[in-house]
Amino acid sequence: MKLKHLMGATVLAVGPLCGSMAFAQDIAECENCSDSMVLMSWGGAYQASQTAAYAEPYAALTGVNITWDEGSNEAVAKLRAASEAGNMTYDLIDVEGPDSQRACDEGLAVEIDFDEQLAAGADGSTPTADFGPSIINDCFVPQIVFSTTFGYRTDIAEWNGAVPDDLCDVFDLTTFPGMRSLESRPKKNLEWALLCDGVAQADLYDVLSSEGGVDRALAKLDTIKNDVIWWSAGAETPQLLADGEVVMGSTYNGRLFAAAAEQGQPIATLWDWQVFDFDGWIVPEGLDEARMNRVMHFLNFATDTQRLADQAKYISYGPARASSQPLVSTHATLGIEMAPFMPTNPANQKNFLVNNIEWWADNQDEVEAKFQAWLSQ
Amino acid sequence: MAGARNIQAETGPMLAADGRPLKDSLNRALRRQKLRALLLISPLLLFIMLTFVAPIADMLFRSVENQIVQETIPRTVKALEGWDPSTGAPHDEATFAALYTDLVIAEEYKAHTRLGTRLNYEFGGASSLFRGTGREVGKWPTEVYTEQFVASDPAYRDGAAWALWMADPSVRAVLPLTADAYDAWALMTVVEKDDVPAEEQPLDFVYTALYRDLAAGALPQLMPAVDVDNWDSVAIRDLFLEEDAAWGELPVWQAMKSYGGNYTAGYFLNAVDMQIGANGPEMRAEDERVYVTLFIRTMILSITITATCILLGYPVAWLMANLPARSANLLMILVLLPFWTSLLVRTSAWKVLLQQQGVINDTLVWLGLVDDANRLVLINNEAGTIIAMTHILLPFMILPLYSVMKTIPPSYLRAAKSLGATNWTAFWRVYFPQSVPGIGAGSILVFILAIGYYITPELVGGNKGVFISNRIAYHIGTSLNWGLAAALGTILLVIVLVLYWVYDRVVGIDNVKLGG
Repeated sequence: MKLKHLMGATVLAVGPLCGSMAFAQDIAECENCSDSMVLMSWGGAYQASQTAAYAEPYAALTGVNITWDEGSNEAVAKLRAASEAGNMTYDLIDVEGPDSQRACDEGLAVEIDFDEQLAAGADGSTPTADFGPSIINDCFVPQIVFSTTFGYRTDIAEWNGAVPDDLCDVFDLTTFPGMRSLESRPKKNLEWALLCDGVAQADLYDVLSSEGGVDRALAKLDTIKNDVIWWSAGAETPQLLADGEVVMGSTYNGRLFAAAAEQGQPIATLWDWQVFDFDGWIVPEGLDEARMNRVMHFLNFATDTQRLADQAKYISYGPARASSQPLVSTHATLGIEMAPFMPTNPANQKNFLVNNIEWWADNQDEVEAKFQAWLSQ
Repeated sequence: MAGARNIQAETGPMLAADGRPLKDSLNRALRRQKLRALLLISPLLLFIMLTFVAPIADMLFRSVENQIVQETIPRTVKALEGWDPSTGAPHDEATFAALYTDLVIAEEYKAHTRLGTRLNYEFGGASSLFRGTGREVGKWPTEVYTEQFVASDPAYRDGAAWALWMADPSVRAVLPLTADAYDAWALMTVVEKDDVPAEEQPLDFVYTALYRDLAAGALPQLMPAVDVDNWDSVAIRDLFLEEDAAWGELPVWQAMKSYGGNYTAGYFLNAVDMQIGANGPEMRAEDERVYVTLFIRTMILSITITATCILLGYPVAWLMANLPARSANLLMILVLLPFWTSLLVRTSAWKVLLQQQGVINDTLVWLGLVDDANRLVLINNEAGTIIAMTHILLPFMILPLYSVMKTIPPSYLRAAKSLGATNWTAFWRVYFPQSVPGIGAGSILVFILAIGYYITPELVGGNKGVFISNRIAYHIGTSLNWGLAAALGTILLVIVLVLYWVYDRVVGIDNVKLGG
């Protein structure tokens, strides 16, 4: 897999010496730049990690006033509305990969010249090589790799000591009885269902595209449908797990880390066939020159090797730059080694998928209709 | 009256003190008064028009708006006018050449991906088809035409010469494709590149158009004569098919033809589980129908919620209206308390109460009423939605009921009883009919609020208890199919208006009271 080189380096994560906190004192002067920025992100722990790792350091170095808008879950809708109104209120927007593709397709985001406008890697590699496979389109400046995977309770007596270590244990109601929670969207669920229905990874999307492929996946999901609670927000699964409402469920790996490591819940992560996704910045179309200069200046700083590595101190998402991987160290307050909690840790990625943005962009509407019809039956 | 008119006819119109006709003078005074009234409400009127009516109208308009196909690929839409879908995908080079020209131009404006997104709502795969082909279309080997024209006469390289030729009406008349392509190129050069067309050499697609015109036998004056008969040529259809086999299949062409108009019924058809097929509108496949089910479910659940609100609210309102002021005030505070709590907090509280390991189930198990292995499923289904929404909407039922009941004199009931009525008869024949206007007002409020609810069903409704509004929110925020969201919203609005009309017919809107 292409992604291997990016992911592989995490194992080298070593002590705090490498992750030096010293900021680049010689940050380049920004000419003809606005003195404030509005950034849109996800709120919560993720935005906190961005604030601590690069927004505050940048503000301290330059004196720029940074305002946050917590609207990323509907980023493209808001971007489209602002663009149609001819009043671009945001300077930089944090989105997931698929949203960046749509914003780029609709001409709502600026195309980035990676090697020209971003910082070279600390090891001297060009930005294009350093970001590698996480560059998924011309508008998207990646920050982190995260994954959607399963968490399970570690204290279920009915399991008689069995521990889920295979994705297909989710579909095994005899060994692992209890409720599950799955996202009420077809993406990822269909892939997982087919993998456990005996489809090889290489054939996944051929099967899904073929006649009856989606039905086959839904038929597999039918086997556990009565034991599933469907979630729509990422925070639901950790809560359901903590309440004992479900015994296993899918969610974002950072949420599971927060529940298990930060809140001490009896929850563990099942990494088998985790689905990788990227999260990053897009620059909206329609900024004037001063704002554009400021945004590009910030972007250059916030996505350099050190800043992306710093972010991993606050949240268990892997940095999108290969050169940042060796600098990943320990959690800022808990002091625990972060590498085992990273989706990019080689031990955690024996089997994995990468979100197939292209296939889903094409087939989302039809499959979503089928999935919703199936759900309401 | 007749006499008065006669007098007027004899003496002329009645005059006011200032000598004007009285009627005009009166009208003037009234008009001024009306104008003043209008001025007084104008800030509010303007505010509502600007922030409420206009955005909603704009949003609803999107349910039929469809200019994007016509604007992005006008030549293709025109070429497809005479095409009959039942004969299969088009084969003629002219149609593909039109699409080629359209796509090259669209790619320069970065409009082809937006068109792909739009058409993807109608058939899956359009998005990557347009993105992929758009990426390649500028690199297709149509430069053979450019090279051959330039080789036969260097004047063909000269932007100024081109500008001169294309300004000549007689040339434009015999070279329709070329004139059209050149105009589009010139506009693009000015708008996108900020260059002067007369100083630039046209792009390959203009030469391609010229070749097609000349090959069709056109003989333009002014331009250097060339004989294109034995030239190398490229088959544009083959280029399309090599790029993606989908160009040789029916769906994409049918979508471009069906949605070529400026307005479309497509979103509305989609909103009732239909689509435009080869032979006009048809139902979607059984396993893709969602919206009709959701509309029906929204109706049924909203009616159920209204009914439970009446059942629970009526006794409370009666108590409040009949208890001594002190206890009634306490009750009133209890009713109003939920109003002061955030909607999200209340809904989340219901999650804690209703879930299988939650307070209610725990209590029932502890009391021995429910077996531990068979805990009640009260959330993530219709039951969750009904329970949580009944609680949230209850005050909207109780308050109008209370204000109407407060005005029913207790003496009526006493009179009925003194005349020999039983308690039930006195209530049913005397008290209840007088409280009906309150039920009517409460029901309208609760039902209309319920039908558009979104947050609560999303959080406690699971997959069986969600409303049509959850789908609307999904299409606005996530799938970005605003046209479909607008169509669903319009249908919901129409349903509410129709129900209101029926209600007015059956109950009479005059019978609705919000207070004394």
